[in-house]
Amino acid sequence: MFDALQAFLSTFLYDWLAILITLVIQAVAVILPIMLTVAWLTYAERKVIGYMQVRLGPNRVGPGGWLQPIADALKLMTKEVIFPQQANKFLFIIAPVMAIAPAVAVWAVIPFSPEVVVTDINAGILYVLAVSSILVYGTIIAGWASNSKYAFLGALRGSAQKISYEIAMGFALVTVLMIAGTMNLQGIVEAQQGGILNWFLLPLLPMFVVYFLSGLAETNRTPFDIIEGEAEIVAGFHVEYSGMTFGVFMLAEYAMMILISFMTAIMFLGGWLSPFEGIPVLETIFSWVPAFGWLAFKVSFLLFVFLWLRATFPRYRYDQLMRLGWKVLIPVTIVWVFVVGAMKYFSFGPWFN
Amino acid sequence: MVKFIKHQVKTFGLTELFKGLALTGKYLFKRKITVRYPEEKTPMSPRFRGHHALRRYENGEERCIGCKLCEAVCPANAITIESEERSDGTRRTTQYDIDMFKCIYCGFCEEACPVDAVVETRVHEYEFHERGPHIMTKDKLLAFGDKHEQQIAADRAVDAKYR
Repeated sequence: MFDALQAFLSTFLYDWLAILITLVIQAVAVILPIMLTVAWLTYAERKVIGYMQVRLGPNRVGPGGWLQPIADALKLMTKEVIFPQQANKFLFIIAPVMAIAPAVAVWAVIPFSPEVVVTDINAGILYVLAVSSILVYGTIIAGWASNSKYAFLGALRGSAQKISYEIAMGFALVTVLMIAGTMNLQGIVEAQQGGILNWFLLPLLPMFVVYFLSGLAETNRTPFDIIEGEAEIVAGFHVEYSGMTFGVFMLAEYAMMILISFMTAIMFLGGWLSPFEGIPVLETIFSWVPAFGWLAFKVSFLLFVFLWLRATFPRYRYDQLMRLGWKVLIPVTIVWVFVVGAMKYFSFGPWFN
Repeated sequence: MVKFIKHQVKTFGLTELFKGLALTGKYLFKRKITVRYPEEKTPMSPRFRGHHALRRYENGEERCIGCKLCEAVCPANAITIESEERSDGTRRTTQYDIDMFKCIYCGFCEEACPVDAVVETRVHEYEFHERGPHIMTKDKLLAFGDKHEQQIAADRAVDAKYR
């Protein structure tokens, strides 16, 4: 579709201009839905947590409160942005940018359906891992540039936590690579073809849990949100931020949440594949669901789990968090790398043929 | 050994976590107890302590006799009273001010009053946007009492046997 657009534009424009316009349109076509999803994810979060606490959640703006995110966005945009006197202005402004840029950039390689993927590069997983690691700079720079003790504490905790959990996350990805035999995300999805039993969920169940937990830690979601730690360090690294600079951090956090859900769905839950493949009757009944529909369904469920976990669990203490990361998750992943190796050697189950 | 294996299964099976999730998952479908405030309201006690009022007897005579017991008992010093002799020889107040910003709505003034003149009503939905109107003068309080007399009398009647 975008190739046709580019060809059409280059008939009456410079070639480089046609490419640029096509790229911009492509980027907007991916980023805009994500930003809208983020907006209503915040609404869903408040609703789900409210319901789990026997409350109603936001219900004032619009029917059922579903215009709440728009009201929130308007509030954030019209609020004054305060710069602390002692803060490093340049870094203070660049930090939210450093946070949102990788959270948006990773979407370039995510396969939304068999055809729809912005750039189908071969080292897709590597790209996602590398770019989402840059996210930690946003946290560190924000904490340092604020020139505030709480922000700095939050940034220190954040950097330590994210780096620790990235190792477990990387090892979880290694097992996926071992089964799929490719780093291309589209290829990983295709390797899971053939119904729910062929998904990597079963052979990699511990890795699924490890990846999801590391994802929680990467995105500072509740059992691991010591970066923000409202109770002890107010709001952590973004304590000095206000207005839209704060809003950008929120956007980045929620965009990363959605990204982790997408990655989990793609690597362990068969991406855009239907769960009913190969089952005679159900396959025909559900043949009308588009590929993206299945992916969206899986991602929505994982996002709900994010919110569910937040409504259920208290925050981890810092030493417990480090213990879990280094002494539990990393050994488990290393053991499972060997288990997967053994499974591969003996061509175990439907996954290694 | 068995204990160790049991412990490991329990830990790596995340059983405790799933128990917690099941609990919150159950509450997701519980009936919600939120009261949608302006449209719905919770029941209110007849002893509710809200906006003050000064009452009159049925013949229209104001009850307050200027004894200043309420002024004395007020822990926030919110009440200011001046009184003098009226033409018929009775003592009446010339000034009866309640500073609504100072008032802590403890209800001591109502308890102290020997003639049930000053009372606290059920009315609690009022606000002040500037200084000045927050001083409730005698006229305002009497007018307020006249307006809500029915409710005030009903509440006092319900509560009478406990006084």
